[in-house]
Formats: sequence, C-alpha cells, structure tokens
Amino acid sequence: MDNKQYRGTSFILLILLVIVLLLSMKYGAVNISLDEIFSGFSKWLHNNENMTLNERIFLQIRLPRALLCIFVGATLAVGGVLMQALFRNPIVEPGLVGTSSGAAFGAALYFVMGATFKVNAGEWTLPLAACAGGILSTAFVFMLSQSKQTGKSSIVALLLTGIAINALFMSGVGFLSYIARDPQARSITFWNLGTLSGASWHSVIIIGTSTVICIAIALRYARHLNALMIGEEEAQYLGINIKKLKAVILLVNVVMVATATAFVGVISFVGLIVPHLLRMINGSDNRFLIRNGALLGAILLSAADLVARMALRPAELPIGIVTSIIGVPVFIVLLRSKNYFF
Amino acid sequence: MLSAKNITYTIDGKTLLDDVSVNFEAGKLNLIIGPNGAGKSTLVKVICNQVQPSGKGTIYYGDKDVRTFSIAELARIRSVLSQNIELAFPLKVSEVVMMGRYPHFTGKPGPKDEAACEEAMRFFDVLDMAGRNYMTLSGGEKQRVHFARVLAQIWYKPAEGCRYLVLDEPLTFLDVRYQFDFMNKVTSLLKDENLVVVGVVHDLNLAAKFAGHIVLLHQGKVLSAGNREQVLSKENIRAAYGLEPVIHHDKDEMYLFFR
Repeated sequence: MDNKQYRGTSFILLILLVIVLLLSMKYGAVNISLDEIFSGFSKWLHNNENMTLNERIFLQIRLPRALLCIFVGATLAVGGVLMQALFRNPIVEPGLVGTSSGAAFGAALYFVMGATFKVNAGEWTLPLAACAGGILSTAFVFMLSQSKQTGKSSIVALLLTGIAINALFMSGVGFLSYIARDPQARSITFWNLGTLSGASWHSVIIIGTSTVICIAIALRYARHLNALMIGEEEAQYLGINIKKLKAVILLVNVVMVATATAFVGVISFVGLIVPHLLRMINGSDNRFLIRNGALLGAILLSAADLVARMALRPAELPIGIVTSIIGVPVFIVLLRSKNYFF
Repeated sequence: MLSAKNITYTIDGKTLLDDVSVNFEAGKLNLIIGPNGAGKSTLVKVICNQVQPSGKGTIYYGDKDVRTFSIAELARIRSVLSQNIELAFPLKVSEVVMMGRYPHFTGKPGPKDEAACEEAMRFFDVLDMAGRNYMTLSGGEKQRVHFARVLAQIWYKPAEGCRYLVLDEPLTFLDVRYQFDFMNKVTSLLKDENLVVVGVVHDLNLAAKFAGHIVLLHQGKVLSAGNREQVLSKENIRAAYGLEPVIHHDKDEMYLFFR
C-alpha cells in the first residue's frame, strides 16, 4: 500500500488544519490580531494575569472553541469511518446505533422537564442528560437486535434496529418540542442542529481525552476492519476474531459520539461525508481513513464553525445548518465524479 | 491430513450433515461433489471451524483437534476461498491480495509478505492488474484475485505440519479456459507433499479429470468416497442426481454424458 501517497495527503491536511485553526481563532464577533494571540498565549504560559480583553477572549473563548472543533470534528469523522467499515455499508453515520438520537432525546427532555421541575441548569446537567439518553438508546438497540435463537446480533439486524430506534427517539424529540413552550422549543431546535458556543476548558479536556484514547484504539483495529471489507466469514478465515472486533469498535464509537454529542448537540453529515471524501483521494484502507479522517473532520468542523460565527455576526448559526448547506452540494458533486466506483 | 470424524450438523430441526466421516490427504486433489443442498458448503464451514458441529464430531488438522487452534493460529496455516465475495468499498487489487498476509504481520507488511503477494499474483496472472480498482474487474478477474489472496495467505511452508487450502466452488465465474487453467495450477501446487487441498466443484467431468480423491455427498451423508471409478459409477450418479449417465472411457480419461 502506497504509504508515501498517504503521508502526502496527511501533510497537506495538516497544513490546512493549521490555517483553518488560525483563521477561526482570529475571526469572530470580535477580530483578534495575531499579535494578541501570541501575547495572550505567552502570558498564559507565564501565568501573567494582566491581560487585555482581546487576550482574554482568545484564551477563554476562542482557543477552547477551536480545540473543541478539532476534537469533535475528529470524533465524528472517525466514528463515520468505523461505522461504515463495521457495517460494510457506505450510507452509515456514527449515530446509527441510536447514540445521537438518544442524546437528542435526553437533551430535549432536560429542556422541557428542567423548566418544569426547576432543575438547576449547571454546566453539567445538560451533557449528563444527553449522555444518559445516548447510552440508554444504544443499549436499547443492542438488546433488541439480539437474535432470540443464537443470542448473537447480526450486522443487518443491528442496522435495521438502529434505524427503527432512531425514528422512535426522533419522534420523541418532535413530541417534546411540540409540547414545549417557545423558548424551550428554541433551545431544543438549536441543540438538535449542533452548536459549539458552550465550549469551555472542561469540555475540551473531557472530549479531548475521549477522542484521543478512542482514536488510538481504533487505529489498532484498522487492519481488522480492512479484512471485514471482504465479509465477516472471510475476515474470520483471515484470523480475525469478529465478535471481539464488533464489540471493541461499537464501544469506541458509542463512547466517542455520546461524549461529543453530549456537549455540542447533534452535528450531522460530517461523519458521513469525510470517509467518502478520503476514499476518493486514496482508496479505502482504514489505517489511512482513520488517521486522515481525524484531520479532515477537524478541518471541516472548524471551517463550518467559522462560517456559523461569521455569517450573521454577531448572532450565531447552528453549525449543523452550515455543515449540511456546504457539505451536501460538495458531496453530490464528488459522488458524481467518474473516479468513485461502487 | 485433514479429517472429519462423525460430523453431524443440525439447524432448525433440519439435519444438514449426518454422521459424516471423511479424510483428505496431502499431496492429492480432494474434491467434494454432490447435488444442491447435499451439505457441501456446510461441510466446508465445519471443517474450517466457521460453525461448530452439533454432536460429538471432531475435525482434525494433522493429529490436532481444530478446537485447540486459535482463530489466528488456524489462519496462518489454512486459507479458505468462500463463495460470492462482495467487497464493501473500492480497494486496489494489490490491497485485496495483501489481506491474505494479515495473519502473518502486525503493523506494516514486511518484504516476505510483499514477495508472497507478488508471486501469488504472478501465479494466477493478475500481477498486471495490481494497481487497478477491484470494483472495475470482471467476475472472472475478481475470482483470480481471490485465488492469489488465498494462495498468498499460505505461501510459505510452516515450520512443521501441513498447509491447508479449502476452496468452496472456486470455478464459478470462470470460463472453460480458466477452469482448466485453475485446476492445472492447483494440481501443480500439489508437488508439495505437505499441502492439503479440498475443493467443492459441480462439474463431474472436471472432478473425473483432476481429482485424486472424490467425496460424493447426498442428503447430508457420504454416499461414496474414493477414486473416480469408485465414486462416479452409474449407480451413485443415479442415486445422487436422479440422472442416467453415459460413461465413456478414452485412454486414461473418463467422460460423463447425460441422456
């Protein structure tokens, strides 16, 4: 496999990521100069508390947000790669096994019930509600997809159960927004379209940790996922323990996606589009897709967040709207290109 | 030697294999024949440890019970070509063949792995397609790519014991020329006396021409096993397929026709 070609792609993506990162730290409701970015950074390194307003904005708002974009983008893209490889299906998204719709339901329930029961809206309540919802719905999907006869869950059963449970939880979200009062309904909508406006150093550390650990584990199983491309039975003939592979990959995906979704809401399309974009460049080797998927996901989400903040400045668009408006046409054009075969 | 002892396999109350005992020796081409639904593919799955026999039956690789091997250990000495392989995503031919070496390395493939793939691709005439997208190949070309993959998997002789090659209907999608070509190539591999080859075929004339040992399955049982004269008798073919054969001998060859 052409490692040189792969490294070339990684290098270009890395440069793009640095550029997007700088732009997204510089521009926003207030523009911050590069000087202020560097001085703020050095003051932070030297524990100097005497900062200007712009330096504070950079350190407390822009920088955590930029980092959060990177981690969430990487999570969604790698989740997409893993799930498409595991399900051997190109239409699969990371939220397929019910994780993100469950999280959305948990969040909606929190918005509606929280107001009724006067639950104090701390920094952690919403993420916890969302994460609980995500894990609950995923567990639900797994329980229901197990065959009564063999106790195993086939990939197809998992896929179909996932679709059904997703529909169920999304109708739950619909019902909750229907009965919610106006401001609550607005919060639900905003959250369902994703937003990184709640970025804080806490969320960066939590999501960053889960992203890095999960991607490191995923990379160890990249070759196993490659073998899965020719079929479950065939992969077993190539010496791969399919049961273990399924369990590890699903767990990694659920942990990553539930954690990210809990803090930033449902961001669609990144997980679907990134694996396809990369396959068009260098083929389907999962080692390449995971590594460069993390980079490309980070780039796309950072760019989308920049657009979300700039388009209606000083107001902010939900990022899910941006990812879809830009992502869909690009995706369609590329799918219709001649070099992409299915 | 690869052998199955008293294998019974039952699913949903239906017995697919009924007390099957067979031996497949090294150095000769072992072919399994039988009508549709006779249990050929099930037998292949059982001897490859993909499904477990229902009763007490046991599969032996050499003198070792298959259950004493891990999935990875088995993959280093035994490769399997299954039916109807569909690739989920576009890959290069060379990448598909390299999968055959997965049991032998962690991380990156070494020079021995690269060499095995190249030689296996050359052996099956697919080396010039190495850089092509697998998805754009014809059915026959795809099949040859998988031949190269399963051969690359067991390219080197293990330190001890046999190598095993199991082929479930390898001739599907191949035209007559490549059917003969493939059978000749597999026969040439059998110069290694520690290679066990087991294949499922439908074409009785190909079985008559190339097989060193034939097992005829019928309704989950071994109807007959032995050389072609023993197995491909009028009585056996009538019993298994319900057809009336005309058997024609010409020099060393044996041909079957049907009325």
